[in-house]
Amino acid sequence: MSTFKLLCRAWLLGLTSGLTVTGSLADNSNFNVEPAALGQPMNADEIASLPQHVFADGAGLPPGQGTAQAGEVLYTEHCASCHGSQGQGGRAVELVGDRELLATEFPDRGIAVYWPYAPTLFEYVYRSMPPDKPASWQADELYSIIAHVLVLNALIEPETVVNAQLLSTIVMPNVDGFRTVGR
Amino acid sequence: MRRPYASVLSPVGQLNKQHAEPVGPAGLIGRRRFLQGGGALLAGSAMAGHAVAQEPASWSRPGLAFSNYGQPADDQITAIRWISENPAVPGDGVSWTPLHELEGTITPNGLHFERHHNGVPQLDASQWSVAIHGLTDRALRFDLEALHRYPMQSRIGFLECGGNSNTLWHPHPVQAAAGHLHGLVSGCEWTGVPLSVLLDEAGLDPDAQWVIADGLDASGVTVSLPIAKCLDDVLVALYQNGEALRPENGYPVRLFVPGWEGIVNIKWLRSLQLSAKPLWSKFDTVSYTDLHADGIAERMTFEMGVKSVITSPSPGQRWSSSGVYEVRGLAWSGAGTVQRVDVSADGGSNWAQAILQEPVLDKALTRFRIPWQWDGSAQTLLSRAVDSAGQVQPSRAALLEAKGGNAYHHYNATVSWQVAESGVITHVYL
Ligand code: HEC
Repeated sequence: MSTFKLLCRAWLLGLTSGLTVTGSLADNSNFNVEPAALGQPMNADEIASLPQHVFADGAGLPPGQGTAQAGEVLYTEHCASCHGSQGQGGRAVELVGDRELLATEFPDRGIAVYWPYAPTLFEYVYRSMPPDKPASWQADELYSIIAHVLVLNALIEPETVVNAQLLSTIVMPNVDGFRTVGR
Repeated sequence: MRRPYASVLSPVGQLNKQHAEPVGPAGLIGRRRFLQGGGALLAGSAMAGHAVAQEPASWSRPGLAFSNYGQPADDQITAIRWISENPAVPGDGVSWTPLHELEGTITPNGLHFERHHNGVPQLDASQWSVAIHGLTDRALRFDLEALHRYPMQSRIGFLECGGNSNTLWHPHPVQAAAGHLHGLVSGCEWTGVPLSVLLDEAGLDPDAQWVIADGLDASGVTVSLPIAKCLDDVLVALYQNGEALRPENGYPVRLFVPGWEGIVNIKWLRSLQLSAKPLWSKFDTVSYTDLHADGIAERMTFEMGVKSVITSPSPGQRWSSSGVYEVRGLAWSGAGTVQRVDVSADGGSNWAQAILQEPVLDKALTRFRIPWQWDGSAQTLLSRAVDSAGQVQPSRAALLEAKGGNAYHHYNATVSWQVAESGVITHVYL
């Protein structure tokens, strides 16, 4: 029989025959320890290599810029198959909706209709779209795609240059369309 | 894979007249009488066993070998998750826990519901770590080896997708089994390190009001969580029902946020950034927000409402004859414990209090049961839960009145199953 099994036996016998534990519990300061402090400090480079979140007010948007003209090409190639050439009627959720229809029986969502903040587009499309190759855009490309999507949503003029400054200052039509419940 | 779910149930037995006398309204029977009746039945069948002439075939040869990881019995082919994928992006979709096939309150790991936005990432646990940074005294990284050395806690709790039951917003009742309508909820024992311990080690800046948590999945799901909850009861979970997390439930590490909607329970945890303001990610603002009839949408609707659903019987089943049945279901609330569940067998005119299976735990699935003498006529069964915060599960009409028909999330109204004269169970609206 292995030592382990023998030990288990002895332990069981101890229990069943009513043997008491020897030694004093209070003595054993090894069990009164501070929680482990095992987090590894991160240096500045490591922190910089984490994904940069883009906040609703535009904080975190990278340098760079783009226009709808360049964006339309990218959109047609990488987005239209699911979201429709004009942001409607595709297999996936519509990017363009009808603004008048939010408080109706069949609300028509879309970016201009529902999204409260424009910078969130950068955060989301970078991290998630297109589904077969997310997190692959260069900043200029993504600003261009967003420019095109904003033009489709009639939120900017076709020639507008889209960059961090512009995305941070666009006031989305539905910015006041939310009630914040929990915090 | 879809499989037929229709099955025929037999009554647990005819009670003799003395025991079957209903004490509740519309045939709902007092618990003691039901148990007495059942006891007599059991004794009867044990006696009958002695009369069997032939030995069971399994005695005549040795059984199968041991197995490294046990699997359900071969005939358990309907106790599976139903899958609904987005045809454009197969990794975007859900699979439902088959609540109508299960008993008790713990969901087997292979049947825990799934909601993924772009598939299940395959992660190398030895390379995994989570970063805690932002408004902290120090930025820290914790790998798996480190996390395993921290004091752990276990907690049994429900996890429910904010979009669970959303087919019931539809103006007509969709016919599907209980789990395929309401199975984006599961119950598990989650074990891990309290998030507060790790935040404490990083040291919080007084301005740190939010924790921005994100995952390593191909949708990079990101949410903002208020600091108070993170310091209260959030777990950095490594185990699910005693074993390492399943890949589809966040392996190697996820957040478990008791009582709060599924989306904030970030799977495949990547980083936690302390911040003075919420990120207002797409998942904080556009998805998982509840559009009300006035055109205003509610966001950060974290807490799941009080809810119950009868899981047996379930639509698609057929009772073969009148007699006594045990009506069984699940109740839960993100606000605390389930205080009581009432069951009606006449469409909500009369109610009887169901038995709650102990232990009744905080923010956990609670099993309720009540025996029912079905007289063979068409009847409508429904359950209504009340939680420790005093919240009463609303009727469908009250929920629609409060939220309109387009909230899409947080459907927690009472659910009605009709038992037809034929014994066929269907989903109905009252
Ligand atoms: C293969 C199909 C597919 C392609 C290609 C695709 N998307 Fe998507 N997109 C989806 C699906 C599916 C969703 C919903 C994802 C979810 O449920 O999490 C989505 C969601 C979105 C949303 C959120 C919309 C909302 O209101 O909820 C935006 C914005 C978006 N996509 C933009 C883009 C852009 C820009 C591109 C091109 C760079 C793109 N998508 C390419 C399928 C696709």
